Amino acid sequence: MAEIRLDRLRHSYLANPAGEADYALKEINLTWQDGGAFALLGPSGCGKTTLLNIISGLVTPSDGQVLFDGQDVTPLPPDRRNIAQVFQFPVIYDTMTVHDNLAFPLRNRGVAPDRVETRITEIARMLELEDQLGTRAANLTPDAKQKISMGRGLVRDDVNVIMFDEPLTVIDPELKWKLRSKLKELHQQIAVTMIYVTHDQTEALTFADQVVVMQDGVIVQMGTPVELFDRPQHTFVGHFIGSPGMNLLPCEVSDGGATFHGQPVALEGPIIRNGGDTQIGIRPEHVGIGPHGIPATVRKVADVGRHIVVEADAAGTSVNAIIDRDPPERGAQVHLAFDPARTRVYADGWIATEEADP
Amino acid sequence: MKTENQRAWFFVLPVLVLVAFNALVPLMTVVNYSVQETFGNNQFFWAGLRWFEEILRSERFHAALGRQLLFTVTILIIEIPLGVAIALAMPRRGFWVPVCLVLMALPLLIPWNVVGAMWNIFTLPDIGLLGWTLNNVLGIDYNMTQSPVAAWITVIVMDVWHWTSLVVLLAYAGLISIPEAYYQAAKIDGASNWSVFRYIQLPKMKRVLTIAILLRFMDSFNIYTEPFTLTGGGPGNSTTLLSIDLVKIALGQFDLGPAAAMSLIYFAITLAVSWLFYTLMTRDEP
Amino acid sequence: MRPRSLVPLIYILFLLLPIYWLVAMSFKTTNEILGGFSLFPQKWTLANYRAIFTDPTWYWGYINSILYVSINTLISLAAALPAAYAFSRYRFLGDKHLFFWLLTNRMAPAAVFALPFFQLYSAVGLFDTHLAVALAHCLFNIPLAVWILEGFMSGVPKELDETAYVDGYSFPRFFATIFLPTIKAGVGVAAFFCFMFSWVELLLAKTLTAVEAKPIAATMTRTASSAGYELGLLAAAGVLTIIPGAIVIYFVRNYIAKGFALGRV
Repeated sequence: MAEIRLDRLRHSYLANPAGEADYALKEINLTWQDGGAFALLGPSGCGKTTLLNIISGLVTPSDGQVLFDGQDVTPLPPDRRNIAQVFQFPVIYDTMTVHDNLAFPLRNRGVAPDRVETRITEIARMLELEDQLGTRAANLTPDAKQKISMGRGLVRDDVNVIMFDEPLTVIDPELKWKLRSKLKELHQQIAVTMIYVTHDQTEALTFADQVVVMQDGVIVQMGTPVELFDRPQHTFVGHFIGSPGMNLLPCEVSDGGATFHGQPVALEGPIIRNGGDTQIGIRPEHVGIGPHGIPATVRKVADVGRHIVVEADAAGTSVNAIIDRDPPERGAQVHLAFDPARTRVYADGWIATEEADP
Repeated sequence: MKTENQRAWFFVLPVLVLVAFNALVPLMTVVNYSVQETFGNNQFFWAGLRWFEEILRSERFHAALGRQLLFTVTILIIEIPLGVAIALAMPRRGFWVPVCLVLMALPLLIPWNVVGAMWNIFTLPDIGLLGWTLNNVLGIDYNMTQSPVAAWITVIVMDVWHWTSLVVLLAYAGLISIPEAYYQAAKIDGASNWSVFRYIQLPKMKRVLTIAILLRFMDSFNIYTEPFTLTGGGPGNSTTLLSIDLVKIALGQFDLGPAAAMSLIYFAITLAVSWLFYTLMTRDEP
Repeated sequence: MRPRSLVPLIYILFLLLPIYWLVAMSFKTTNEILGGFSLFPQKWTLANYRAIFTDPTWYWGYINSILYVSINTLISLAAALPAAYAFSRYRFLGDKHLFFWLLTNRMAPAAVFALPFFQLYSAVGLFDTHLAVALAHCLFNIPLAVWILEGFMSGVPKELDETAYVDGYSFPRFFATIFLPTIKAGVGVAAFFCFMFSWVELLLAKTLTAVEAKPIAATMTRTASSAGYELGLLAAAGVLTIIPGAIVIYFVRNYIAKGFALGRV
């Protein structure tokens, strides 16, 4: 187990990167504490798998260092970093039994046979694979195979970190949920550092204590699920997390305040950064329908069970509101009330209002 | 999941008709010959199973079968590991891959008697590149038409030259279908190169290698044109493989009955071995 | 360069040596060949090639071979396409055993089956026609084509068929305008292998022809034995039989490995 630190990490797949655009990862600095559960969240192609492969040692970064407990492991190959990785598609050794699959990483490292058996028994119990130890791994279901790949990481008691690269892609929806809670449970039992890469916000937010959101090779925000939801640092985080995502309304900025089509909008605090492109960001959960506020026309009303999603048109910008009851009619003229404490201005994508004192 | 549909037989019908026409009618003819005796003039007499008994007891058949088995086993032992080794050493992507594949496939596209003729010219002791080099540069006394050992080695080297590429292509196809994640996982699990081969590459190549071994077994067991063009079965009978012997009996001596019986016996051997091998190799599959 | 990449290099060198020797021989004069060993032709001559291109019995051999190989490729593909579709999409009685049975047709010792083939094709009046050789070669080419095409077709999701039917396509129209273009790489690979095995086979082709459809490879054997040891001519004819194969293989170079990988056992 180890603390993982990434120090000024950059990576390009080109031999001679010319400019910023040639980098798949642009300068990354971050620290993950020992024993935590972390998620790397972002759309396909944002560089999260590259980052994962750099940590595991499958890819050598162009610049910067990877440190495990302060020790530079950048030049070390994967097998000397004591890491484990679970891939998108289950990787199992087809010809071996489940038992031998689990024993493989230990035997390769010359662990004593009786120790191997003890570990396998322990891990098989944890993963609920005891009944299948004797079967050939090739004949198992995808979720069992994925459990084996996990098990191959877990059997080693020297692992610094276990990494998951979209491990639930090929799993049936109902089993996805089961496997995910199994994972969470395992993490609580053995407290090994885990890094979970995914493009699915639900997976990331339910699994991790700390989520890193990436876009185009840049970390846009790192925080707990609550922080990401409550106060997105970037419009990307706002609209990527949440369903529907954060509303973004173009606005004009003057005298430390913001106006939307001439109408002033109350914010959480004063605007402290300027930028060419300014937007008001507010989550649908914090938009109410009332007698005052921004005038809008209801375009669509969707009852999704627990709540009602109202889509309205405010001077050409689509705004979603989530309300509990009494939905307006389609086509009705309404007023949208924003909760001032949750209303922020973003300048060129990044947050520009000062946080109100808690 | 495939749907059950017996009308699919209509789709298969043209194939069945064409293959059956070519396979069954000649097979029936051979069976017909095998139980009759002829003295020419298109007169046939019932001979029952006499030919089969005679063949199975004949030393000539035993000798030819022995040579055939030795040949087939030898080329399998050489070609399969060699083909796999070359496939493993091939680059997985890049400019050189198609170049390598095209050059390697070249021997497969040469008519079989040209292969024989080419090797004949290549090994002539006085004016062949190989023959001349062996005799005059390396000082090895090499003459295929006089030494049975030299003839044997030449026939085997020719077959290795001709067919190893098929094994390479098949094994290579199996190798490139292995996802990169398998190699990464093995690296992380601390697997040695041997373990990667034994537990990842070999299992993934099993299907294509089954095909390779089957094809090589069947084709080498029936081999005729190339060794016949190269050595004519000689010197003596030393490279007279089964098919060459068969043709000697059937066309040389016009003993149709024994030849037919012999070919059925050896068809049966091929079939039995192939079926056994096919069943063994595919028994674990769902 | 890594030492590992030497392995394919040495192998390719080994493959090319006999071919080089054949090519070198074909450019030598008969006198030079019989005169003794020489690594390169001392006096380049095109006489051997000229002899082939001016003699109809020679060049008709090429035309005959190309004709029956082409006919065979067409027949094999036409028959194999629907069969492969059936194997890839449906389960039916005996489907599992059918493939092995098809494969067994490679096992028959062609040497002795040649005579029955001769009788069969004489009986149906096809002896010494291109069609006879083309049909006979279906014996081993159709199973192969079915195997390769089935592999490619199984890689196409069934939803494609279903979508097309929902959109109102009839089966033949779907097959011709949507399905075939999707698996055109597979058709190319299958065509290549049909071409290859029909081109290299000699025993049946020789047995089923006399004059009208005689293949080039058979012309070669006869000329070589009757006209004494005309090694140069033999070599030139041999070189010319390699060229069609080399051209075809160049066109499918990117699909060869894939064609094998997708096949099923």
